[in-house]
Amino acid sequence: MCLAIPGLVKELFESDGLKMARVDFCGITRSTCIEYTPQANIGDYVLVHVGFAINLINEEEAQKTYELLKQLGELKEVENSEEEEEEEEEEVN
Amino acid sequence: MKYVDEYRDLELAKKISKEIEVACTQPWTIMEVCGGQTHTILRYGIPDLLPDAINLVHGPGCPVCVTPVQLIDRAISIANRPEVILCTFGDMFRVPGTSEDLLTTKAKGADVRIVYSPLDAVKLAKKHQDRKVVFFAVGFETTAPANAMAIKHAHNMGLENFFVLSAQVLVPPVCSMVLSEPECKVQGLIGPGHVCTVAGLEQYEKLSRDFSIPIVVAGFEPIDLLQALSTCVKLLESRSPGVVNEYSRAVENVGNHVAQDVVNEVFSPCDREWRALGVIPLSGLGLSEQFSSFDAERVFPDVSPHSKQQQPRQCISDQILLGNKKPTDCQEFGKSCTPETPIGATMVSVEGTCSNYFRFKNH
Ligand code: SF4
Repeated sequence: MCLAIPGLVKELFESDGLKMARVDFCGITRSTCIEYTPQANIGDYVLVHVGFAINLINEEEAQKTYELLKQLGELKEVENSEEEEEEEEEEVN
Repeated sequence: MKYVDEYRDLELAKKISKEIEVACTQPWTIMEVCGGQTHTILRYGIPDLLPDAINLVHGPGCPVCVTPVQLIDRAISIANRPEVILCTFGDMFRVPGTSEDLLTTKAKGADVRIVYSPLDAVKLAKKHQDRKVVFFAVGFETTAPANAMAIKHAHNMGLENFFVLSAQVLVPPVCSMVLSEPECKVQGLIGPGHVCTVAGLEQYEKLSRDFSIPIVVAGFEPIDLLQALSTCVKLLESRSPGVVNEYSRAVENVGNHVAQDVVNEVFSPCDREWRALGVIPLSGLGLSEQFSSFDAERVFPDVSPHSKQQQPRQCISDQILLGNKKPTDCQEFGKSCTPETPIGATMVSVEGTCSNYFRFKNH
């Protein structure tokens, strides 16, 4: 429940007045709120929990975490929500 | 060492395990608080890498497990209103209320939806202005900022059809309760990494002083947890209480200020009932006065049957959450009580101690 997953910031944008970013999690892209990490920039890794970045993290750590999450099959939480994301993209753009 | 071949860095795991063995001269009981850490510890068979003298117990750190039955019943009764769309995280779907879970309520026709982020619930409210969207907010300090921002965002957008049923809980008050129990055996704590990313270390320093115990804040990888256990054993052996941050790559001492400010604006601490543990003072977050119009508990009259919070008699999940017993001490474990048919708090979520024992120790 309290697991946060690292992701790579690909693009910054605003949605209804909230600071957002497109964040890549091993090939799955999700929009993520970065109000709590206003310093996050394109190319940074952020630690994401329920759609919110809670801190920045370095790349090496992010890669290590991916390996482990793949092993545990715990990236599926993000994968499963892919469909909703597509629906959302229409609204955002 | 049955799972040891799965470690990414086998040599390092063996080295740390050896260090712990060398450092440990007497029995110690250490509790990890966070359910995510419990999962890693059991998934990777960490107890098998520790000397027999180390008794690892698993704390109350799964917010899904500890959400009281009444609140589940309340969520179900709200979901049954025709104008309502009830949203929550997937983990909450299978948690049993008095007579059913949210999945059953949905199957019977209520509009119950899983969301990935609380902002998705706000989006639904914006899209369906003729409906009332209620977000069943569960979580610890890690999740509170997301839930708080969703409310603030709905407020800023002037949405009048978005509400929150808060089951938010806080880690330090429950730790304090566990450590105050007269029978408490816990001598050291492994602190919850992502909770501290948000909340910082101050309250853990206070806990460490109040109970004179070492607290080692750790991440979620097997190596993180082994390393934290090694540090904790060394602190115990040298009688040095205090807080050590072994997850500095994600946790700063002060936590995330921006997030704390929004949480303090939107929520205020309140007494909260924990499944199996009872009411713990100031252990929850409710809507602050300023945001009370978003509070589903105020907006929707309480028509749920008044379920008395009662732990089924044979269930010992309270003793498990307190670190006094293990799932294998329970007669129902793996028999009438399984993740498919959970009886008590610690079996109801994938992060619950009984559920993790069932998956990783039973087979
Ligand atoms: S196995 Fe089931 S009945 Fe036994 S303590 Fe765990 S949750 Fe309770």
